[in-house]
Amino acid sequence: MSQPRVLVIGGGLAGLSATMRLAELGVNVDLVSLVPVKRSHSVCAQGGINSVNSLTRQQGDNEWKHFDDTVYGGDFLQHQPPVKEMADWGPRIVDLMDRLGVPFNRTPEGFRDQRRFGGTLFKRTAFAGATTGQQLLYSLDEQVRRWEVEGKVKKWEFWDFLEPVLDDAGRCRGAICQDLVTMQFRAFPADAVIIATGGCGLIYGRSTMSMVCTGSAVSRAYRAGAWYGNGEFIQVHPTAIPGADKLRLMSESARGEGGRVWVPKKPHDPRDPRTIPEAERSYFLEERYPKYGNLVPRDIATREIFDICTNEGLSVEKDRLCVYLDLTHVPRETLDRKLGGILEIYEKFQGVDPRVVPMKIFPAVHYSMGGLWVDYQKSSTGGLVEGSPRNQQTNIPGLYAIGECDYQYHGANRLGANSLLSCIFSGLFCAPGVIAGFDGGGKKAAEESSRLFESGLRREEERHHALLARTAGDENPYDLHQQLGNLMTRVATVVRRNEQLAAAYAEVCSLEERWGRCAVSDSGNWTNQNVVFTKSLGDMFPLAKLILKGALQRDECRGAHYKPDFAMPGLQATDPAEKRREAEQWCDRFEANTRRWLKSTVAKYGAGGEPEISYEDVDTSLTPPRPRLYGLVGGEMIEEVWNERQKKAGVGDGQGVSEGQGKQPAYAGSAS
Amino acid sequence: MIKAAESTGHDGGAGPHSADHGSDGHAAAAPRVVRVRVLRQDAPGEESYWERFEIPYVENMNVISILQQVAARAKSRDGRRVAPVAWDCNCLEEVCGSCTMLINGRTRMACSALVDKLLEESAEEIELRPMSKFPVVRDLVVDRGRLFRSLERVKAWVPVDGSYDHGPGPRISPENQEDAYPLATCISCGCCMEACPQFTKIEVVRREDESAEDFESRKKAAFDSGFVGAHAISQAMLFNGHPTGKMIADERLAALTSQGGIQMCGNAQNCVAVCPKSIPLTRSIARAGRAATVWAIRKIFDR
Repeated sequence: MSQPRVLVIGGGLAGLSATMRLAELGVNVDLVSLVPVKRSHSVCAQGGINSVNSLTRQQGDNEWKHFDDTVYGGDFLQHQPPVKEMADWGPRIVDLMDRLGVPFNRTPEGFRDQRRFGGTLFKRTAFAGATTGQQLLYSLDEQVRRWEVEGKVKKWEFWDFLEPVLDDAGRCRGAICQDLVTMQFRAFPADAVIIATGGCGLIYGRSTMSMVCTGSAVSRAYRAGAWYGNGEFIQVHPTAIPGADKLRLMSESARGEGGRVWVPKKPHDPRDPRTIPEAERSYFLEERYPKYGNLVPRDIATREIFDICTNEGLSVEKDRLCVYLDLTHVPRETLDRKLGGILEIYEKFQGVDPRVVPMKIFPAVHYSMGGLWVDYQKSSTGGLVEGSPRNQQTNIPGLYAIGECDYQYHGANRLGANSLLSCIFSGLFCAPGVIAGFDGGGKKAAEESSRLFESGLRREEERHHALLARTAGDENPYDLHQQLGNLMTRVATVVRRNEQLAAAYAEVCSLEERWGRCAVSDSGNWTNQNVVFTKSLGDMFPLAKLILKGALQRDECRGAHYKPDFAMPGLQATDPAEKRREAEQWCDRFEANTRRWLKSTVAKYGAGGEPEISYEDVDTSLTPPRPRLYGLVGGEMIEEVWNERQKKAGVGDGQGVSEGQGKQPAYAGSAS
Repeated sequence: MIKAAESTGHDGGAGPHSADHGSDGHAAAAPRVVRVRVLRQDAPGEESYWERFEIPYVENMNVISILQQVAARAKSRDGRRVAPVAWDCNCLEEVCGSCTMLINGRTRMACSALVDKLLEESAEEIELRPMSKFPVVRDLVVDRGRLFRSLERVKAWVPVDGSYDHGPGPRISPENQEDAYPLATCISCGCCMEACPQFTKIEVVRREDESAEDFESRKKAAFDSGFVGAHAISQAMLFNGHPTGKMIADERLAALTSQGGIQMCGNAQNCVAVCPKSIPLTRSIARAGRAATVWAIRKIFDR
């Protein structure tokens, strides 16, 4: 038969690193992407990429601590072996990107400079200006272009993945894709298919994500039988710039340099903010968290900003939720020196100088911790077996998922500067296993294949033409998308309540039904963006449902998933003995909750498109779960009780499990 | 940490100084609607035509939000049902390079083109046209394949042995990094090519009964006869300045001195004026010119 071929869907950091490694290992790659790969969403990443480095190592850091920060930050919802392997690979990956020419910032002596990010005591984050994601992506794009010139890689840019093609035994044999210019369909037979299509922020309408982040490719794999893990874990960043078209990120460093968050006490006060007297302003973060002020952990800041706008009705504007982020009291030259780049973004897009007028910001959906369920093979040392075909493989043999669209690395909350690492790691690491998993097709498969691909092509053509023919419906897909986004943003982001989630589920079902009556305004068959959008909107509903159902069923608070009805409040008592008793009870409840809920949510596409949810135990064999006590009243007492229990149980010896915990002032369970 | 609730004086209370800067969108006479005319074309080879749209004004709009509204309404200004305007976009924060078009006659990114500022340029109507130096695919969508082909021509990459671990890359001085970083922020938007008088449109049409492969190679050959463009010259200089990248510096200079190379540059300096990332393109071109001259002379004596 012909040479082996792998089909990679998506050309961001994960897809490009897999493509590069596969080409290097002698495999031909077809690389399918909605946009020229250099324009993928990875370009938007700003902060940097984490790894242990020679400097932090001499300050007591090691790969284990990077692993431990990551699982602690993720509230222990990740299987630990893949995270350990990723942390172990970190130094090699940053070295590699350095060799590929990424212009990392330098120290005076010419070494890579590093900065500190949330969730760690060490300066682990290498960065290239404020556009690290862009620079990493470009260097991989360049290497893949090299392989393209060599003839090992063929790019299919402006192509849409429609469905994986499975044989009768359930193995993935390729995919059906569509040319978004000519609207022609094409079958791509492949020895393996790798999905690397990123997050699904557009389900929330506007987010910090790019326009291609619809989740459609993942949804199509899910519909074909791939499982989806931890869908309800969606990271919301506290400070983004609201826009009519997109919510653009405003880095946390604005608050780090003294930025103050406030709202006028009078709802929708129409006055120029600079004329509102101090006494008529509410600096609500400083008032509620006097100790940390505006630099409370990200999830708390997000929750408070959301709450003051939605529940207290104190949004600055009436028709648009936002609060002020005020830097106008900071000297201009300080702002220019330390925050120039991000302030320029604000100025460019808002047409307002944030050095003079307070910025208007609001939290925005930022990252999908959940994604396609993938397997791994654990090694004897607690990491992964390199070259195992199980690594990154979905439950469908021959179908793999890597990068943001897998569920594997970030648990219930992602740490900043870890996403770039997980994308490149999963892409590089999976390649030899993907090759080891080739089964050569076999005689039977070869016979089957033309029939399989023909029926796949026919199915997709029919679906497409049925949509094109729908010119008379009474629903507008863009309006429906806006309604879906508003609904999901309202109930399934920062604060979640069961009655709202249940009602929203019913509402999504009705939106989906209305989608069936969508009219397309363009019935042509050339660069028809209208029909492509309508199709991807239809694919958002199954994911929206699994997010809502997963959130509805998970009666606890974990990482980004916060349900006030199930929060574990701090200690009330002041009397030491009583306080101790409460701490014991708190720890009992924590342990019970861990037994009940420290499980991955696994959604399967069930009858009628309803998600069937089951739960999978989490591999916590490397370090046992422990409470995150940040900012909690009585946290010291709980920590004391917890440590005693751990000692009694004999866990944590020599691994510094609880060492330093609670003493990490920067610990925010945060993201980039 | 917590700040006193009393006025600290820095805001000065209600004052007369509030109207001078950054009106924050509360302009005296915000328009109710935005009028836009779009130069449309249904497919390659078809006639182009103007279509006018009118959409409600919203604060802080950009050209992307106009086009989103146009798509959602799918109605022309005179109320006819029309197909939505096709256009390219992705990140919407001027870092992916997708949404280049001619806005009020100037090549720029649609995402960072703010409506309030555009209305200052032409209060009546905003004009959107596709880039003129690349073949139109449909409406505002153009085929910029030639742009990426230019990157192949100048071998815009670091020729590493492979992705296996060989330790860190070379030591690089902060000066070198600060020199390289601006060049590395090129988003491949094509503005510099659009604005360049020496860069002319090359449109290759697939012949009937021509295979996809034959068409591809004919297209590449046609592209290779034309000017590589300022972005590619600048990328060549970026990699020729990298300690590992310079190991194939001569190959890049050979490309830059062959047909469609740096000799095509007429020094109009439009490229640097329109670059949305303020990349010092003319500096790169000057460097490339000097390097090419030295290389050409060296080649004569090495013979």
